[in-house]
Parts: sequence; structure tokens; C-alpha cells
Amino acid sequence: MGTQAIIETVDLKKIYGMGDATVAALDGVSIQIKVGEFVSIIGPSGSGKSTLMHILGCLSRPTTGQYILNNQDISNLDNKQLAAIRNKKIGFVFQAYNLLSRTTALRNVMLPLLYDRTDTQTQKDKEKLAREMLEKVGLGNRMDHMPQELSGGQQQRVAIARALINNPVMIIGDEPTGNLDSHSGAEILSLFHEIHAQGATIVIVTHDPQIAAYAQRTIALRDGQVSSITHNGHGRKQ
Amino acid sequence: MKLSEVIKISWEAITKNKIRSLLTMLGIIIGVAAVIMVISISAGTEATINDQITSLGSNLIFITPSFNRGGAQSFTSNNRGGLVFSDAAAIDQQVVGVTGVTVEQGATETVKANGVTLTSISILGSTPDFPTVRDMKMASGSYFTQTAVDQKQGVVVLGSSLATQLFGTADPIGQYVNVGNFQLVVIGVLAPKGAVGGVDYDARLYMPITVVFQKFTPSQFARFRGNEVRLIYVKVDPKAKLDDVILQIQLLLYTRHKVTASNPDFSITTQQDIIATQESTTAAFRSLLAWVAGVSLLVGGIGIMNIMLVSVTERTGEIGIRQSIGATSDDIRVQFLMEALMLSALGGLIGLFVGLGGSVVFGSVSGMRTVIVPSSVLLAFGSAAIVGIFFGYYPASKAAQLDPIEALRFE
Repeated sequence: MGTQAIIETVDLKKIYGMGDATVAALDGVSIQIKVGEFVSIIGPSGSGKSTLMHILGCLSRPTTGQYILNNQDISNLDNKQLAAIRNKKIGFVFQAYNLLSRTTALRNVMLPLLYDRTDTQTQKDKEKLAREMLEKVGLGNRMDHMPQELSGGQQQRVAIARALINNPVMIIGDEPTGNLDSHSGAEILSLFHEIHAQGATIVIVTHDPQIAAYAQRTIALRDGQVSSITHNGHGRKQ
Repeated sequence: MKLSEVIKISWEAITKNKIRSLLTMLGIIIGVAAVIMVISISAGTEATINDQITSLGSNLIFITPSFNRGGAQSFTSNNRGGLVFSDAAAIDQQVVGVTGVTVEQGATETVKANGVTLTSISILGSTPDFPTVRDMKMASGSYFTQTAVDQKQGVVVLGSSLATQLFGTADPIGQYVNVGNFQLVVIGVLAPKGAVGGVDYDARLYMPITVVFQKFTPSQFARFRGNEVRLIYVKVDPKAKLDDVILQIQLLLYTRHKVTASNPDFSITTQQDIIATQESTTAAFRSLLAWVAGVSLLVGGIGIMNIMLVSVTERTGEIGIRQSIGATSDDIRVQFLMEALMLSALGGLIGLFVGLGGSVVFGSVSGMRTVIVPSSVLLAFGSAAIVGIFFGYYPASKAAQLDPIEALRFE
């Protein structure tokens, strides 16, 4: 395990609304996540966990405070720069899988490479890489299937392969098992563990304490502030 | 994202809902087809007019009678208003710069020959100069001579289709035809001339104008119409100044008809006048149709914008997914612009073929001539592409400005 913090937030605030009607979705969040760590963020709805995930995932900017990702302060980047960071450094896994519906598994996985402006790989190389990723998540025989031809668990595996393809600094899972039955959910969680074992930094956002407990460390949020940080021991398997 | 990828994505989006894409393109298809058809029809009309003008013979002046608004003179043939045969002779002899003068007077009679009876055949009385002035050629035999005119000989020349109707393939020269109550002898057949300005010169019967005066002018009007002509053609020497010749004719006829310049009883038209009139008619026709085509393209563009806006809303989720994995607003804008551009370009292409096919079909059905103008193809296709970019820009910008979080939340 590395000890260097790859993610650091300093007094993050996100304030919605204006004047007297303001709501602080995040009210001074300072956290650190180390390289190769598996962290869960937990909290009831309205706790600010989604807002924190959006900022960590570079989908939005904090109103005040700092967000340092991989030694780069990205609190004040413009939209275009944020898009590039999402593309190169972050891999998203969403609750609803969020795959392009009329596109094959293979092309869904390739998609981040197609939006990479600095990429110099040939189409063949990209396809090869996407195949490798799909094999890694156990879908080597489903490459040319459309998402609707796959089960929920399989779709989520495609989403994980897509998240991995750009070799991101951090993988963010937003309720990644929320739409799955318990069996498929367990499979997805063990896939996260596998990826983690290979050295990836993973952040999972959930409202379910059982899911959160799979991580090494759980950060609990309440009313826009960190309420507790729990160490769950070494990323134990079920 | 590479252009080839963008094109691929747009193509997939267009083909996945074919009916909707086709309906979206319909306005553009109609607009482009209209542009191409309008231009081909008006180019065809222009070519037809040019041919007609050339076939009328060059450097012609037409003199026609017009009402004498003075109207006080007595009804004698010479000052009633209108043109008489001797006017033509006077122009021929006294005006400088004239190379030929001929006249026209008509009548309609039943013609019988060879057991065939044809009613309502146009008779055209004229002088020996007629074929020269009107650029008509003989197929066989000869046209009548000045002697025939002077002596009022009962001879006729047949138009080509009239000759075929009466005599079939037999040689009509020397045969007799009954025109009204008189029997005349055929001395020539004209070569086919075709219809010029709606007048079929091949279905007519030509004879000395003096014969028309004597035999085919209704008797109750003979007092007024004894030697009246409906048209005098003057062929002008190409080296002479047209305006000079016109002025000489005007002065001569003012004197002969005892009228003043402010109150003439005839009017003079040149071939240039006819060309100008016909050209302005075609221009008006063309600009009207061009407006229709333009409006159709505009409506087509609005159709594209409409569907693109719906499409952006429907595909908000897709936009969110693309944004979450690193698509910039430029990427999204380019993607939707490309889709609009491809829709309109594809519509343009379909419209192109519809327009080309339509021109050919219209030409053969209506009998109007159509000429495909290559530059009109470029023009139509180019405007379709411009319409696509112009009307695609707003929906594409709307897509590009979506907030990724909002877009991802969209179900």
C-alpha cells in the first residue's frame, strides 16, 4: 500500500442558491485518500455524498475550497480541462450502468479512448486494449453484444471495463450494485476487490452500510460534513 | 474525437430511426428538387425562346395596325386606321436600309382535295418575299412570283403537314385544291418550320395576297377590307441603323395615313422588343419559383432544427454518458452539428435525384423543354448544406451546454 495521498480536499464547500435561500450541500469537507486505497463514502440522502462524488469525479467544481488530484489543484479548471481530467484520470461506474444502448460492448469500452485528444494509438490498438479489458472483467465472449442483450451484472462489468481502459488514477463507483440482485451485486463487489488487488484506487459512494463495509475505510457524511471515518480492516472479502 | 468517428456516430444516429430521418429531410428534399427543376425549366424555356427568335429571321421589324383614337375620319380603306397593301410597297420603295418587305393577311376556309375535306384551315396571303423574310424554305416546287400577285393567279403553296394531310405521300404539285368556292392549283410545298410562338406554320395554306383580297375577304366587309393587311414585315439591312429605319417608316406612314405622331394608327415592334418582353417574363417566372424553392429550403431547415431539438432532449442521457467519460462541449457540439449536416446533405442528395428525375419527367409530360444546369446542382446542394449547419447550430449548442450532472440524471 502506498502512503502518498492521491486525493486531497481542503475545506470543500458547495453552496446552492443565492441570498438567504442558500443551502450548503457540502460544508467544509477535508479528506485524504491514498494511492491504492479502497474507500467508501456513506451517508443518507441529503448528506452531500452525491455532491462530493460529483466534485471528486470532476463533474462539478466546489464553490470554495481546494481539490488536489494527483498533485494537481483542479478546483479552478475550466470545463474543457475538467473533461480532459475525467477522460484521462477518472473511471466512472454508475448505478444504471450508463452504457450507450445502440453500441456494442466493445465500442462502449473503447469510447473513452475516442475522446482522448492526446491519444496516438491506432484504431486496432484501441480495439485490442478494449478486448483485453473485457476479458479482464470476464466478458471475452460477449464483445459484440448490445447492452440490452446482457444481464445487469454483465452490463456493469462492461461499465467497469470502460472505467479501466484509460488506466485512471481513481475509479468512482456511484451505488454500483444498486440496480443488481444480491448475487450479481456480490460478483461486482468481488470484481472491485480484484481490481483493487491489482493496485487501483477505488472510491464507492453508497447509502448501504453493508456495501460500505467492503471497503478498507468508510467516510460517513452527514449534513455536508464528515461525521466519522471508520477503518474496516484490510479490504475483506465476503 | 476523430472526424471519421464523428461521421460514424452521426450515421448510426440517422439510420437507427429511418422514418424520422426521412421525414426530417423531406423539406430539404423538396427544396433542392424544386431549385433544380426551376432552373432546368427556366433554362429550357430560355433555350426555346432563343430558338424561336432565331427562327423568326434576323433584323425584323413588325408593323401592326392599332386603333386610331381620333376616329373622326370616314370609313374609307385608306384612312380608316390600319395598314393597307400599298403601305408595304411604299416602305419597300421609299425607306433606305430595307432589304425586304412582306405582308400578311389571313382568312379561314374549308379546303378539299384528293377526296379529303379539312375545315377551318388558315390561309395566309402574302407576297413573293415571304419565304426570304421569314426564313422559310421550299421542300418542292416554288413559291409564287410577283407576276402571280399582280395577276391574282389562283395558285397555292402548302405547308408541309397540310400537304401530307391532303395528299399523303403523293406529289401535290400540279394538283387542284378547292378552297372555299374556288379551285386553285398547287405550285409548291414548304419545308417543315414547326410552331413559332404558338403559330403552326406547317398547317397553313399560302397564296398571293391579292387573291385573298379578291376571293376570301367576306363580301359585307369588302368595302373596308379590300386591301387591308394585318401585318407588315420589314427586313432591315444589318448595316443600317434600326432606329433610322423605324423613324423613316413612321414618317412615311404618318403622311400616308394622315395621322400625327401623338395619335398613330399603327405600331412598330422590333425583334429586340419581343426578346426583352419574353426575357422579362421568364425572369419573373424564374424569380417567383426561386422564392418558392427558397422558402421550401427554409422550411426544411426549420424541420431539421425542430427534430434536432427533440433529438437533443431525447438523448440527454447519452450526452451525459459521453460527458462523464471525457467528451468536451466542443465534442458534443460537433457531433450534433455533423448529424444536422449529414441529414441535410443526405436530403440534398436525395433531392438532387428527385429534381433531376423530375425535370426529365416534367419535360416529357408537359412537352416543355428542360435543360439540366450543372451549376444549379452545386447551388442546390450547397444551400442544403448551409441550411443544415445554420439550423443545426442552435440545437447542437444546446446539447453542448448541458450540465453533465443534470444530463446524467436524465432518464
